[in-house]
Amino acid sequence: MKSYSIQKLLSGGIVRFVLIFIAVVWTLPSFGLLISSLRAEDDIKQSGWWTATPSQFTFENYERVLGNEGMDVAFLNSLAVAIPSTIIPITIAAFAAYAFAWMEFPGRKWLFIMVVGLLVVPLQMSLIPVLQIYTQWDLNGTYLSVWLAHTGFGMPLAVYLLFNYISTLPRELMESASLDGASHFTTFVRLVLPLSVPAIAALSIFQFLWVWNDLLVALVFLGGTPDVAVVTQKLQELVGSRGQDWHLLTAGAFITMTLPLVVFFSLQRYFVRGLLAGSVKG
Amino acid sequence: MQDTQHSGRASSFIEGLLAAPVRLLAALIIPAITLVLLYQSFIFLRDSEANKLTIVLVALLVGIGGVWALYYSTDLMVDTLFSDRWKALIRPFVFVGPAVAVLVFFLVYPVFRSTYLSFFNRTSENFIGFDNYIFALTDPAMLQAARNSVLWMVVVTAFSLIFGLIVAVLADQVRFESVVKSLIFLPMAISFVGASVIWRFVYAFVPAGRDQIGLLNAIWVWLGGEPIGWLIQQPWNNFMLMIVLIWLQTGFSMVLISAAIKSVPEDIKQAARIDGANEIQVFFRIVIPTIRPTLVTVATTVLILTLKVFDIVWVMTNGNFGTEVVASRMIKEIARFRDFGRGSAIAVILLLATIPVMVYNIRSFRETEQTR
Repeated sequence: MKSYSIQKLLSGGIVRFVLIFIAVVWTLPSFGLLISSLRAEDDIKQSGWWTATPSQFTFENYERVLGNEGMDVAFLNSLAVAIPSTIIPITIAAFAAYAFAWMEFPGRKWLFIMVVGLLVVPLQMSLIPVLQIYTQWDLNGTYLSVWLAHTGFGMPLAVYLLFNYISTLPRELMESASLDGASHFTTFVRLVLPLSVPAIAALSIFQFLWVWNDLLVALVFLGGTPDVAVVTQKLQELVGSRGQDWHLLTAGAFITMTLPLVVFFSLQRYFVRGLLAGSVKG
Repeated sequence: MQDTQHSGRASSFIEGLLAAPVRLLAALIIPAITLVLLYQSFIFLRDSEANKLTIVLVALLVGIGGVWALYYSTDLMVDTLFSDRWKALIRPFVFVGPAVAVLVFFLVYPVFRSTYLSFFNRTSENFIGFDNYIFALTDPAMLQAARNSVLWMVVVTAFSLIFGLIVAVLADQVRFESVVKSLIFLPMAISFVGASVIWRFVYAFVPAGRDQIGLLNAIWVWLGGEPIGWLIQQPWNNFMLMIVLIWLQTGFSMVLISAAIKSVPEDIKQAARIDGANEIQVFFRIVIPTIRPTLVTVATTVLILTLKVFDIVWVMTNGNFGTEVVASRMIKEIARFRDFGRGSAIAVILLLATIPVMVYNIRSFRETEQTR
């Protein structure tokens, strides 16, 4: 099927060359970072990473970044921020998505249009008002402040994606559940949630990566409190204070990337599926 | 489990009568306990000096258990306290209520509040009319940030679309498709801060005469050039920053475009070929028009993202050397200068810039709703 297309014009060799070239260009920067993070300070400062040999490799940089620079605490903080910030909004969004898909109520359409509209509202819009309220409630600098903020900021996409999925479940299924005497609560818990696992998995990966990689929300709501700083904040500080210490920056950057890369490689299929569900339908 | 409105009328009426006081009590007490517990854990999580692990465990317990308890108890309350007609009317709001409350608190109310604050001074005390907007639209630094932002939106969107399209089309024809796509998609998992560090290292500068440690200068010197401080050469440094975002976003557009291309029906393409169209014509006359909706979606998503990105500028140049963008300037106003008036005005301008996309999204949503 495929072989008809442009291959006739561009011979296979050129196609392969261009693709490999792009893939190499795309990968080299990350690869260089990884190699450099394993080289001693003097080596990094004196020669390019492409001259390195495996015999020079050392884990010293990682030990320093994790210990002296406090990246270990930041890593735990990131976990503490990211896990609840993933679970809470998705639970709340799932209930709402079910209601939007399978319950009749006045204002249903308009509330959902509000959700669609809020999808693109810039986060920046919310920072100052929420910051002011948090100040009144004495919430700044706590995990709770970021959990709640991420719950709010992640909500439109979560409701929207889950609605897209839940609304395509077969109508007969819902009707037979209702005929069997199941309440909405039971139908949701016993039927809809188990059937929605693929969508929930995709969304969880999204939300987790988004929260883990976020700098903005952490900076604004956790900014003044160093002992709760997350990895992105820590790395950003490191760039500011030790901008030329590449042995620390490269190791630090790689530490912040480890968990997302593990999540990404182990769950890529769900991730891609989620992307497609979220955007193609929209 | 709870009763439902569908069970036998008569028997449930008698049972209901007998159990009524107990159920009534439960229906009131359980939600009350839930609320008290949620409030207590709110206070605990805010004020506790306990160690991190305890706090996180409590959070998980409250986050999962508390949220579920809230739904369960309000659902129970509705079940018990109201007649069937009211139940059907109220129950949906038990399900959507929390989500809508969160949306209103974190997004809808702030839109109005920010707009209001944008007419006040830095401490939000004195009304100053349009001064913040006059600043935002006339200050030379702001104008430069606005120019840069527009440039970002055009360049980043165009190049991530083009690269995404090229890779999607070409990878479709080789056996190692999934490997190439994974490699190009991989940066999607990396934070903007992490990506900024990666690229700062690529752009690293060492004075001439010594070994270059940055990849770009090494290639440049090898080609016979003098080492360049890529991040301080105006205006080209702006493009160096944009490359970071293009690098991050191409994977996104590639995945979506690739899926769209694969879904173009083969028989339409075949029909065109039989009519004498060559491959280039098939691509531009059949494939591109068919995947247009996807291209629009990708373009608007990247456009909006680009408008909001501040991290890359923040980490790589801190907005110096003429690289400030509107979003990074806004965060500076909040986090560094504590000027809530100017910050709000810039936020409102960002919002206004997204309104066309918002209208477009809502319109196309309503169209698909009608065809559903």
